[in-house]
Amino acid sequence: MIHQAILTLIWIVIKIVVILIPLILAVAYLTMAERKIIGYMQGRIGPNRVGWMGIMQPIVDALKLLLKEGIVPTKSSRYLFLIAPLVSFTAALVTWAIVPFQPGVVLANINAGVLFILAVTSLGVYGILIAGWASNSKYAIFGALRSAAQTISYEIAMGFALVGVLLAANTMNLSQIVLAQQGNIFHWFWLPLFPLFVVYWISGVAETNRAPFDVAEGESEIVAGFHIEYSGISFALFFLAEYASMILISALAVIFFLGGWLSPFAGIPVVEHWFAFVPGMIWFLLKMTIFLYLYLWMRATFPRYRYDQIMRLGWKVLIPVTLVWIVVVGLMVELHVKPWF
Amino acid sequence: MPDIRNYTLNFGPQHPAAHGVLRLILELDGEVIQRADPHVGLLHRATEKLAETKPYNQSIGYMDRLDYVSMMCNEHGYVLAIEKLLGITPPQRALYIRTLFDEITRILNHLLWLAGHAIDIGAMTVFLYCFREREDLMDCYEAVSGARMHATYYRPGGVYRDLPGKMPKHVNSRVRSRKEVVSLNAAREGSLLDFIEDFARRFPTLVDEYETLLTDNRIWKQRTVGIGVVSPERAKALSFTGPMLRGSGVEWDLRKKQPYAMYDRVDFDIPVGVNGDCYDRYLVRIEEMRQSNRIIKQCVEWLRKNPGPVILDDHKIAPPTRVEMKEDMEALIHHFKLFTEGYCLPEGEAYAAIEHPKGEFGVYLVSDGANKPYRLKIRPAGFAHLAALDEMCRGHMIADVVAILSSQDIVFGEIDR
Repeated sequence: MIHQAILTLIWIVIKIVVILIPLILAVAYLTMAERKIIGYMQGRIGPNRVGWMGIMQPIVDALKLLLKEGIVPTKSSRYLFLIAPLVSFTAALVTWAIVPFQPGVVLANINAGVLFILAVTSLGVYGILIAGWASNSKYAIFGALRSAAQTISYEIAMGFALVGVLLAANTMNLSQIVLAQQGNIFHWFWLPLFPLFVVYWISGVAETNRAPFDVAEGESEIVAGFHIEYSGISFALFFLAEYASMILISALAVIFFLGGWLSPFAGIPVVEHWFAFVPGMIWFLLKMTIFLYLYLWMRATFPRYRYDQIMRLGWKVLIPVTLVWIVVVGLMVELHVKPWF
Repeated sequence: MPDIRNYTLNFGPQHPAAHGVLRLILELDGEVIQRADPHVGLLHRATEKLAETKPYNQSIGYMDRLDYVSMMCNEHGYVLAIEKLLGITPPQRALYIRTLFDEITRILNHLLWLAGHAIDIGAMTVFLYCFREREDLMDCYEAVSGARMHATYYRPGGVYRDLPGKMPKHVNSRVRSRKEVVSLNAAREGSLLDFIEDFARRFPTLVDEYETLLTDNRIWKQRTVGIGVVSPERAKALSFTGPMLRGSGVEWDLRKKQPYAMYDRVDFDIPVGVNGDCYDRYLVRIEEMRQSNRIIKQCVEWLRKNPGPVILDDHKIAPPTRVEMKEDMEALIHHFKLFTEGYCLPEGEAYAAIEHPKGEFGVYLVSDGANKPYRLKIRPAGFAHLAALDEMCRGHMIADVVAILSSQDIVFGEIDR
C-alpha cells in the first residue's frame, strides 16, 4: 500500500519536472524571442553575440543573475522581502498543474479547473504587494499599489469572460472545455464568444502587467515599480514569474477560445487528412505562440496607459461588455444556436 | 488622530525620465501632484564665467555644449551677437548654409524630443525610429565639420568652410554585410547637398510613419490631450517661447518676426496649436519638422546654384586659407594673431536672439573693448519652461508629470549652463 503511494508520488514528481523544465526553458527563450522580435520591429537585430545568432543569450543572462549579489535593503522587512518573489513565482507555476496539453496529458485533471485558475492567479498579486511593501521604497510601494488595484479590477473582467465560457461549455474541467469545442476552427468558442475573447485577452495582458498596461513597472514613471529594490536571483524570480504567467495566459486563451489541442481543419474533407499526422500538442503550442507574439507586438506598438485610465477601461468598458455578452451567450445556449451549442 | 501629510517623492536626478539631471521634489496626494519643485544646477559648468576668460572666438565650442541636442543653433546665437557688435554681415552663401544647418538642427532636436516624449509615454518603437533618422543628420554634421555633435562650425563672419563635395562612405566590416554597405552608401555617392536632398525627399514619409504610430492612437491621445494645459495669456506671462508658446496658440516665431540669416527669403509656415496641451505641442513640433524640411529643400536648391565665399575676407576676423599662409607673410601673422590673441570688439553691448528649436535662445554680450567678453549672458529657452513645471503639473498624476516634462523639451545643458 505504502509502496504504491511512494511510486505514485515519484510518478507525480517526474510529471512535474517534465512540465517545469520545458516551461523554464520556454520562459528563457521567450525573453530571447521578445528581444529579437521587438528588435526587428524597431529596425535593430537584437542580441546576436553569444552563440549562433545569440542563441545562448538567455542562458548567459540567467547565469549572470544567479551569480550576482542579492542585495537586501537594510531598512526592509527582510523575510517578507525574500519571500515575495517566491510567492509570485509559485503562483505563476502552480496553475500549470491543470493545463491539458493533449487528451490525457495533464498533471491534475480536476473538475473545478476554472475556479482553481482564478484562485491561484489572484495569489500572484500578493507577491507584488509584499514586495512593494517590504522594500520600504516609495517607488516600490507605488508599483505595488498600482498593481494590486489593476489586478483586482481585471480579475473581475476576466472572471466574467470565463463565466461566458462556462455557460457555453457547461463544465469547469479544462479538458472538457476543449472537448466542448470539437470541430474545425469555426466551431471553437472564439466565434460565438468573440467579445469575451477580446475582453479575456485584454484583461490577461493587464493581469500580467505587460505593455500597454505595465504601470506597475512603469519604467519612465516609477522606474521599475515593485521590484525596484530587487537584484540577482530574487529579481530573476520575478522575471520568471512574469514570463511564466504570460505563457500561462496564452495557454488558457487557447484552451478557452481556440480549441486547445484540436486541429483547426478537423471535419474539413481533404485538408483534414493532410494534417492528420500533427499531434494535438503541436497545435496547442502553435496556437500559444500566436498569443505570445501578440504580447510582444503590443509592447512594441502601444504607448502606456495611465493608471486611472486602466481602471476606467476595466470597470466602465470591459465589465459591461462581458455582462451583456453573458446574457447573449445564455440565450444562444438556451436556443441551441448551431453549430456551437 | 495623527496628522496626515502629503507623500513626498524624490524624482531624479537618477531617473529614466528626468531628462538628464533634473531633481524634482513631488508632493503627492495619492498619485495626484500637489506641488512639483524642480531643482536645477546639477549640470552647472559655469559656461558664462568661462567665456569671460577666453577670446571671443574660443568660446564657440562651449556653445555647442549648452543645449547638446541643437548644437549649431547655440553657436548661431553667439556668433550673431559678436557679428552685431562688430557690425559685419557674412556672405550670402554663409547665411544660406546657416539657415540650412539651423533647420537640420531643428529636425535633429525635434527628433530627439519626439523619441524622448514617446518613450516617456511608453511607445518605445518611435524612439528607435527617430534615432535611425538622427544618424543621417549627424552624418551631415560630420561631413561639414568633422564632429558629429559639437561642431564649432559657425564662425563670426561666416562658417568654417564650404560644404564638402563628397560624403564619407561606409566600408565593409564584420558587422555590416556588403549588401548593407551598398544600400547605406547609395545616397553618399554625390556631394553633401545630394545627401541632404535625398534625406529631405525621404523625410516626410518617415514623419508619416511616426504619426501613424502616435497621432491617432487612442492611448497616445488619452495620455496627452488636456494634459499640462497653458492658456495663451499664461504662456506669455511665463515667458514661454518656441513650440511651447505656439502650442498655446500664440503665433510668435523669431524667424518671421525678426528675421535673421536668410529666413526672410525662404518660404515656410508657422504651425500654431489651439488648446495648449501636450498633444498640441506634439502636433506643433511634428509640423515644424515638416516645415524645416521645406526650408532645407529651398536652401539646397539655392546653394547648388550659387557658389561663392562662405566667410568674410577680412583676416582680422576670419583666418586666411592655408594656401595663403604658405606664401604670404602677412597672412601668417594674421593667423597667429587670430588664434592667440583673437580680436577686440568695440565697447558696447548687444543682444542677439534666434529661434532655437526649443524657443528663443538669446546671447547678451557686454564688451569693454577687450578681446574677451566683459559679461556673457545666455538666455536659454528651457529655463522659463521648467520654471512653469509646477503650474503645469498641479492636479495631474505622476504619469502626467513625465508627459509634461518631456513635452517641454528640457535639456539640462542649457538650463544649468
